[in-house]
Amino acid sequence: MSAVAMRQPAPLGLLLLAITAGLCLAGVAVGSLGWEPLWGGAGDASAAILWEIRLPRTLGAWLAGALLGLAGAVAQGLFRNPLADPYLLGSATGAAFGVAVLLVLIGVSPVAASGWGARIGLTGAGFLGAVLAVLVTLGLARGVQQTLRLLLAGVVVGMVFGAFSALVMFWAPEIMRAMQAFLLGTTGFLGWGSVALLAAVFALALLVAIACSRPLDALSLGETTAASLGIALAPVRTVLVGVMALATGAAVAQVGLIAFIGLVAPHLVRAAVKPTHAWLLPLSALAGGVLLLASDVLARWLLAPQELPVGVLTAVLGGGYLLWLMHRRPL
Amino acid sequence: MARSCHPGLDPGSIDRRTPGCRVKPGMTSFVRRFVWLVMALAAQAHAITVTDDRGVVVTLAQPPQRIVTLMPSLAEMVCELGACGRLVGVDDYANWPEQVRRLPHVGGLEDARIETILALKPDVVLIPVSSRALARLEGLGLKVVALEPKTLADVQRVLLQLGELLAIPQAKAVWQRIDDGVEAAARSLPPALRGTRVYFEVSSGPYAASESSFLGEMLARVGAGNVVPGSLGPFPKLNPEFVVRADPEVIMLSDRNLQQLRQRPGWDRIRAVREQRICAFTPEQGDVMVRPGPRMAQAAQLMVQCLQGKLPGRAP
Repeated sequence: MSAVAMRQPAPLGLLLLAITAGLCLAGVAVGSLGWEPLWGGAGDASAAILWEIRLPRTLGAWLAGALLGLAGAVAQGLFRNPLADPYLLGSATGAAFGVAVLLVLIGVSPVAASGWGARIGLTGAGFLGAVLAVLVTLGLARGVQQTLRLLLAGVVVGMVFGAFSALVMFWAPEIMRAMQAFLLGTTGFLGWGSVALLAAVFALALLVAIACSRPLDALSLGETTAASLGIALAPVRTVLVGVMALATGAAVAQVGLIAFIGLVAPHLVRAAVKPTHAWLLPLSALAGGVLLLASDVLARWLLAPQELPVGVLTAVLGGGYLLWLMHRRPL
Repeated sequence: MARSCHPGLDPGSIDRRTPGCRVKPGMTSFVRRFVWLVMALAAQAHAITVTDDRGVVVTLAQPPQRIVTLMPSLAEMVCELGACGRLVGVDDYANWPEQVRRLPHVGGLEDARIETILALKPDVVLIPVSSRALARLEGLGLKVVALEPKTLADVQRVLLQLGELLAIPQAKAVWQRIDDGVEAAARSLPPALRGTRVYFEVSSGPYAASESSFLGEMLARVGAGNVVPGSLGPFPKLNPEFVVRADPEVIMLSDRNLQQLRQRPGWDRIRAVREQRICAFTPEQGDVMVRPGPRMAQAAQLMVQCLQGKLPGRAP
């Protein structure tokens, strides 16, 4: 990427879109046998595999990455902290806890759990856990008005819920393997249902976040300055925390705890251009989507038909690029 | 460990490596020397030497009477050899045969409770090679024999090793009986079902049991095919698409993962799912199947019943 040369946000956006398109093609062409474009081959089975498995998986991975990138940009703007990431409110460990509890319940009585257990699913359990953790964080922080308090509450809630899931895993070690798959992130089972849900949440979150981009710009000058510029901080914070929680919860519930994207995507954008939030938010979403989709394609490809844990690849790719940038010039 | 230094009293229990425990050659009588020699040879005959899976040679003065096992299949093997009464402690997951449930449980592979094991004063601890407790127990002066049955061949080998260690000459016959049981199960599979292509899922990653795992060996033994080649390693994490394209005729999995099966994109196209040829094993059945041990014949029967459709999984 000739990102360093670029100073305008629009070309970067176009570049990321082009990469997305290329990766989408690759995502549809890479399957369980490695590089294997099926669109040339006739046959009902090939079409079904393309349509039912590869396409939703590709789009779902991109959308989940985009949600995490967007949530990361919102978090860093809201907390005015470059280390903030979308999991700050405790949603990640909350989701892990929800999944662990459901796995144990399914193990205790598979028949009883078949009704509601199947209806909620691991996705639902993850989302409920994430919402619960965020609510506890907000309760502890007494709302969203004191960002430092919110940050601290989020860290504590994350620790406590993490300890809860560890305890559940200790009591029911047979769920360990399934939990590990969730903790490392997995894009393998994304279907059209997941894609529709992620797309709806993404559209909503992106629109609301961009609508809040001017207050975010003002906030970057400091809270007092923002207030003196006539920004009503209270409602903006409430809305943005809601966006962040919803985007993260939806993504985590579908693909598990994919590390690093939310943290690194805004940094990748800022390393290339110095945009206002109106540009930073969508560009971070694009960068997040590119990062997760690229990791997903590589996860399927490198050891096909085996799969690498996608979360490991996001950390290697995103972290590697960031390290290279830091090596080139200090951020 | 016997502390007797007098060979005449307890020839069977001389620990010949205990310092200060040598017979003083003060006696000049040829007869007495001869008697001593005979006694010493007798003692030698009782001493037991086994080479464990680490390649370490372990010598025991006599067959162990107090045994702790740290792996369910090792406890099962000891009991199958008729030495259940010699077990004084087992790991947390050992649950068969019934009598091991009442024994003290001393922890798992990663969290063996060293103090509990030591308090049981075992003559020998049977432990898998991968256990973290191994070096610690050895450092505390316990006799430790590392055995790790992972494959079909391992079961025979470990069973015979245990027979030697416990001085149970019938070990060969016990193995023969198990092997005959597996063979009988394999023969009971109708020829039409031979080569049925099976996908055995061990965990929803999806992790599969390939041809090179113990489960894969068992499938091959009863005459079934496996859609996951052994070259991928014993339990590969697969791309779900691989399973859809392999189109297995029968799916075997744990009943805890049955619910998610239909929700996986594209999986309703798989022949086994369309024809409802899915076997969902209960945790108890799962234990029988995944533990390389004396219940192999039962595991083979379960597989054959599943292939015959006599073991219906609950419809997803």
